[in-house]
Amino acid sequence: MNAIVPAGVSAAAFLDRYASRAGTNPVRDRAADMLRRAGLPRSGVEAWKYTSLRALGDVPFAAAPGTPDDAAVHAIVTGAEQAFALDGAMPRAVFVNGRFDPSRSSLPDGVSVGRFQALDEESDDEPAADVASALNAILAEDGLLLRVAPGVDAGRLLLLSVGAGADGTPISFHPRHRIELGQGAALSVLDLSVGQGAYLNNPVFDIAVGDGARLGHAKMQAEAAGAQHLAVVHAEIGAGGLYDSFTLTLGAALARHEVHVRLAAPGAVVHVNGAQLLDGRQHADLTSVITHAAPDCNSRQTVKNVLSGHARGVFQGKILVERVAQKTDGYQMNQALLLSETAEIDAKPELEIYADDVRCSHGATVGALDPDQLFYLRSRGIVEHEARAILVKAFLHDAVDLIGDEILRATLDRAVESWWNRKDA
Amino acid sequence: MSNEFVRIAGLCAKISDGGTDKEILRGVDLEIPAGEVHAIMGPNGSGKSTLSYVLAGREDYEVTGGTATFKGQDLLALEPEERAALGLFLAFQAPVELPGVNNANFLRTAVNAVRRARGQDELDAVAFLKAVRKETKHLSMSDDMLKRNVNVGFSGGEKKRNEVLQMRMLAPSFAILDETDSGLDIDALRIVAEGVNSLRAPDFSALVITHHQRLLDYIVPDRIHVMARGRIIHSGGPELAKQLEAQGYARFLAEAA
Repeated sequence: MNAIVPAGVSAAAFLDRYASRAGTNPVRDRAADMLRRAGLPRSGVEAWKYTSLRALGDVPFAAAPGTPDDAAVHAIVTGAEQAFALDGAMPRAVFVNGRFDPSRSSLPDGVSVGRFQALDEESDDEPAADVASALNAILAEDGLLLRVAPGVDAGRLLLLSVGAGADGTPISFHPRHRIELGQGAALSVLDLSVGQGAYLNNPVFDIAVGDGARLGHAKMQAEAAGAQHLAVVHAEIGAGGLYDSFTLTLGAALARHEVHVRLAAPGAVVHVNGAQLLDGRQHADLTSVITHAAPDCNSRQTVKNVLSGHARGVFQGKILVERVAQKTDGYQMNQALLLSETAEIDAKPELEIYADDVRCSHGATVGALDPDQLFYLRSRGIVEHEARAILVKAFLHDAVDLIGDEILRATLDRAVESWWNRKDA
Repeated sequence: MSNEFVRIAGLCAKISDGGTDKEILRGVDLEIPAGEVHAIMGPNGSGKSTLSYVLAGREDYEVTGGTATFKGQDLLALEPEERAALGLFLAFQAPVELPGVNNANFLRTAVNAVRRARGQDELDAVAFLKAVRKETKHLSMSDDMLKRNVNVGFSGGEKKRNEVLQMRMLAPSFAILDETDSGLDIDALRIVAEGVNSLRAPDFSALVITHHQRLLDYIVPDRIHVMARGRIIHSGGPELAKQLEAQGYARFLAEAA
């Protein structure tokens, strides 16, 4: 018998699935040990102040079946292609229930593509440092290993995650992706997750952006309504490199997108922008820790929340400026539009600054639609629901507009548009 | 009455301000026949702007009595957008800024919304641009103002011109101009007045709210009304403007008291 009682909620269902592999990999063993001791966090733990994973502890998530229903997967993929007007010509890597599906994938030229092998080869990072990464570490089986050679512009890639939940039994999958851009390389990734049924998607990205390289990462989380989504990005940016990320959260009952970025050399730039559009009883959490570990780095963060029904949005943003990181330029803005009396936003900005010559600003706003603006639009003959749509889209526009890649920007713009139209219908 | 166009009778309205009701309109009587331009003058706080908001359908005011009809229809029963479709237009004293909303897109959305509601064909992008260019030229507005967000970063004068541009594009039959002259220099005033005057027609009426006789040199009204303490206390011809300018409101206030 295991005598350890975890501080949080027992992760026994996940740990049981790991039992057969125990002792084969020290990184995984440490992650398992951490989960055994800490458990899944209840809200209140500092890093999980407003989000509880209690619901996960209650569900015996099973491993995904070896062969998912082909017709169901096909329906989900074509549904996503239509809903988001995806460009059929864009190279794509498709993962079904966390496993690479070569038959649905067409990979781009100029990149070296491999499959996830073993954890200790992939990263020097300690994957057990956060709960979602630890959970991924013990159960990861597959993932994309993508290398763009120095100086190569690899264009765009659609990374499509399909969750095909079986009837009755909730499943979980834990893909682990690694993206490496050599010096001066470039790539734009459209990271879309969709699905149906009950499942937990727990992807982890290890990202290394080389000197002067440029990685665009536009994520659209459009999981099934009954799904859970727990994603973590660990990114390290080299001198003059850019990681331009945007996370659009639309789906899942419970979601958390967690970003850990290290600006590791002078002139590195990161954008951790996003929008959370929630309704019903959805709960979504965007948590970021941006570490300025070198001088002259720049971090930019604009996060918008549009919340209706009983939805709850969470934003936690920490900027850590180390002693060496002089001339740091950090900006953080979190804004929420509450469309109902019962929607809620929780925001926790944190600045931790050890250098003395820095510029860091942060701000937060919470509000409803401005009745004066609504009246102005209506007085010009625009009917009320259209006036509301104009104001909500305007609120979101200046965040989505920050996406550097124009094709990705247009795709997310359409996603926002159709989200509102669907909601408004 | 066949000539009935704008008819306001005994109109009372209040606003709730921090839990206490404040009565602002206390029985406004006003008739504006088709084809006429009327002006309302009066001291601050007399209810002039409230009257314009109540007619346009702003929700924070509660109508507690009286009637307001336009072309025989009960205005007070209509949504703000339905009033606009019927032909009512309010040029705001302080137009709001709409960050993230492109001015040209906004204007085209509004124009097509009222056109749809009036059973007219919508304007496509080309036809709209042609129409709007004609008007901006008339009002000496730069094309740049169409590309910017609605009223964001506009000077006071630019905002007022933008209101007049909207008025002309929406082709109203009853326009209320709430202190459209404030913040305008003399050249801008002329341009704005010309924008109103050229709309004058047998089926167009306007109500001009102003503090200054100066505007009424350019937009000569058929009637002038003096408003105080929520009521029209005196009405007269265009010569009344000069009289008010010379003598102030004191005499009328004393008479009404």
